[in-house]
Amino acid sequence: MATQIVSGKTAITATINGETRDWLCEPRQTLLEVLRDTLGLTGSKEGCSNGNCGACNVIMDGRLVNTCCVLAVEADETEITTVEGLATPDGLSTLQANFIEGAGLQCGFCTPGFLVSTKALLDKNPNPTDEEIRWWLAGNLCRCTGYDKILSAIKKTIAETNAS
Amino acid sequence: MRAIQYAAPRSLSDAVAILQERGSKARILAGGTDLIVQVGENVRDVDTLVDGKRIPELMKLSFDPVTGLTLGAAVPCYRVYEHPEIQSHYSGLVDSASIIGGTGIQGRASVGGNLCNSGPAGDTIPTLIAYSATARIVGANGERTVPVEDFCTAPGRNILQPDELLVSIHFPVPPAHFGAAYLRFIPRNEMDIAVVGVGASLALDDAGTIVSARVALAAVAPKPLYVPEVGYFLEGAIPSTEVFAEAGDIARSLVTPISDMRGTAAHRKHLTGVLVRRTLQRAFERARA
Repeated sequence: MATQIVSGKTAITATINGETRDWLCEPRQTLLEVLRDTLGLTGSKEGCSNGNCGACNVIMDGRLVNTCCVLAVEADETEITTVEGLATPDGLSTLQANFIEGAGLQCGFCTPGFLVSTKALLDKNPNPTDEEIRWWLAGNLCRCTGYDKILSAIKKTIAETNAS
Repeated sequence: MRAIQYAAPRSLSDAVAILQERGSKARILAGGTDLIVQVGENVRDVDTLVDGKRIPELMKLSFDPVTGLTLGAAVPCYRVYEHPEIQSHYSGLVDSASIIGGTGIQGRASVGGNLCNSGPAGDTIPTLIAYSATARIVGANGERTVPVEDFCTAPGRNILQPDELLVSIHFPVPPAHFGAAYLRFIPRNEMDIAVVGVGASLALDDAGTIVSARVALAAVAPKPLYVPEVGYFLEGAIPSTEVFAEAGDIARSLVTPISDMRGTAAHRKHLTGVLVRRTLQRAFERARA
């Protein structure tokens, strides 16, 4: 048989936040587990582990995904942006700064997912309507803010980006 | 998650060879948004995941104006609803693919995976039936093509044999004056599982009379339910709100829903009538457009 069946640890390579990262993982490990426990990228959160909450969202090959529903072995040769990739050495991104300034978070557990999800939206559609923002973020759950302040922080970011 | 094995074959023949060797505990991995969760929660007895996303036939998405649409089994939902020819020729499929989960789920989840998961509430399956779609299956003994309405057999079960996999779903070219739609009822606006879902299609003649109609239902039976009786009733009728309401009454008489946390059997029966009427109305508006 030409195709290898992997049972133990296998070597995976991906580009994460612009850096080449290699790791060893077992097939049973999700990408979320490897990001947090192997690579130390603990920004992505484990909320539900079943694709409902969006706290583990990353951008993988240009698409928003829930890393709890992706095996780490599936990430071989992909390009990934996690919440750690949003800020620059000079400081937080405009979106992150506006979440803080506008109180778009309280406990903060869902925030990495919202930030990454919003980045994926604005990369694709820099001027979404309120309804488009809310639909896009339907897969991100927040039990603190009631979403209005998140929406305001995103709209402020859009306005500032358009003005600059 | 307990230990599993993983393979990423590059060809159909390799995938079939692995399935044949591993038997019924091997399963094709498409987007994984159902399967990885099920394996993690130990509700599917699976020990080997065979990644289908490196097999070209499973990732193919192409439209031919003569032969129709070929949708590879592992093509993610976003590629479906962003595809210009699907948007213009198969808008009912856009309805389904764009309401499964949230954006992150749609980045991975596939229509083929939804079909193979064979949930009674699968949001794409009634739509596939409404489009007269067929499933292309390949296994150790060759290939077969099956109408989608014959694919699912029971909750989470289907006709795939242990050595078989779904390669692609084929949609015929819609005839003139054709429209299809999918509507579902859920208690919130998004991110939920259908309490009832309805896929419907209508083809009209030049005078506007219905020449053919297909209706299929989600979450009202142990499997996605094709109700040909509704189509027979509609054939030859002049479209009207009254005719569509009567079609809804017929559908309501055919369903066998259960009561669960999403809704009671009585509520589901009521919704079946309402949604069949509304879905037919939407399909009719598209057929007329």
